[in-house]
Amino acid sequence: MNLDFTQMTPYIPYMLEGIWVTLKFVAVALVIGALIGTMLALFKISGPAPLRAFAIAYTSIFRGTPLILQLMLIYFAVPQLTGYDITPFLSAITAFGLNSAAYISEIIRAGIQAVDKGQLEAAQALGVPYRAMMKDIILPQAFKNILPALMNEVITLTKESALVSTIGYLDLMRRAQVVGASMYRQFEPLLFVGLIYWVLVMILTLIGRKIERRLKASDIR
Amino acid sequence: MISVKGLVKSFGDLEVLKGISTEVDAGQVIAIIGPSGSGKSTFLRCLNKLEEPTGGTVDIAGFDITDKKTDIRAARQEIGMVFQHFHLFPHLTVLGNLTYAPMKVKGETKAQAEEKARTLLKRVGLSEKADSYPASLSGGQKQRVAIARALAMEPKLMLFDEPTSALDPEMVKEVLDVMKDLAKSGMTMIVVTHEMGFAREVADRVLFLDQGKLVEEGTPDEFFGNPKTDRARDFLEKVL
Repeated sequence: MNLDFTQMTPYIPYMLEGIWVTLKFVAVALVIGALIGTMLALFKISGPAPLRAFAIAYTSIFRGTPLILQLMLIYFAVPQLTGYDITPFLSAITAFGLNSAAYISEIIRAGIQAVDKGQLEAAQALGVPYRAMMKDIILPQAFKNILPALMNEVITLTKESALVSTIGYLDLMRRAQVVGASMYRQFEPLLFVGLIYWVLVMILTLIGRKIERRLKASDIR
Repeated sequence: MISVKGLVKSFGDLEVLKGISTEVDAGQVIAIIGPSGSGKSTFLRCLNKLEEPTGGTVDIAGFDITDKKTDIRAARQEIGMVFQHFHLFPHLTVLGNLTYAPMKVKGETKAQAEEKARTLLKRVGLSEKADSYPASLSGGQKQRVAIARALAMEPKLMLFDEPTSALDPEMVKEVLDVMKDLAKSGMTMIVVTHEMGFAREVADRVLFLDQGKLVEEGTPDEFFGNPKTDRARDFLEKVL
């Protein structure tokens, strides 16, 4: 055993900065994923045939190929095809956003379809327009079904975000590798960022539980 | 108020309604009875297009709802509906359930909608439940809220789809009392029901459906006292 964390001390602020970098792009990717995912879910449930077909094909492609492949395609293919020199950050949020949209669309679709059909009929019978019905009646109820799976997706995304280290984006993972290379010691920085990932996921889990508990309020009272 | 001509409804190959015609005047209370699977609920659901009629015409509250150009949402605002399983919005309070559609659909202000909602809650005897969530109510209370929710849209007529069938026996009366009160106030009502007592006491006319056909119709006295068809007689023997 030859562990020595003292050598790592000067690099700690540099690695901690990676938390912010990682969280920033995960958050942006998640917002993109949630927006596109909601749209795709609505296409799948009640869209006209061409949009439904598009949403199904989209999901099939993004779930059916490796995320790292999608990331590389965007990072390397965009400059080759268009001449536009895409930044690692832009590549990362595009790949992760588009990819999580596919998963989120399935989560939302299942969540909406689990809402009692009677809710839809009750809203229709009152003359409520489709958009308002979705926004005010169906989605808030679907959200309760969706939340646990969505939290899972957030956690997966946070961990998978380490893939962006392969395109040189200076996230937590990449920073650990950089530090490891300059110290000639890999184990300590990897262990260090591993702990950070775990703490991040624990915090997300706790937040998820808290929201879930709050959403249950209307069941208990 | 309602004119139905040759109404047909099929689900795939299964013809559930086989050409039903009837008229209902404003202020009338109609009870629809018949064995299960006779098409009673489907008939009712065709009246506000929760089921799309396959054939025939339905004129209701001034709307030809079988005409594709008809604004179905405008028609539904005039047609209140009460479901067997209530279908209250579980994430809204009782008050929220009553004010949502009037505000969203008719553009009423919050103050207007709440004032009307409180009056309606008083009418169904649930003033103290305004801020409760549906999950905390009994079945009878839920159904009374559902009736108030439909009334909050100030409809011209009300459809009831087996409103007491999902209730514990001791809660049936409180719901029927609200419905009787509503009938007395002059509301036009179409009620699919298994409550023969209610049909006999409150209805102006009874429609007896069997196997997708309107087999017999008449006043409660005629129908219950002296049914004309064998099928009606058989049915009444079983249920009374």
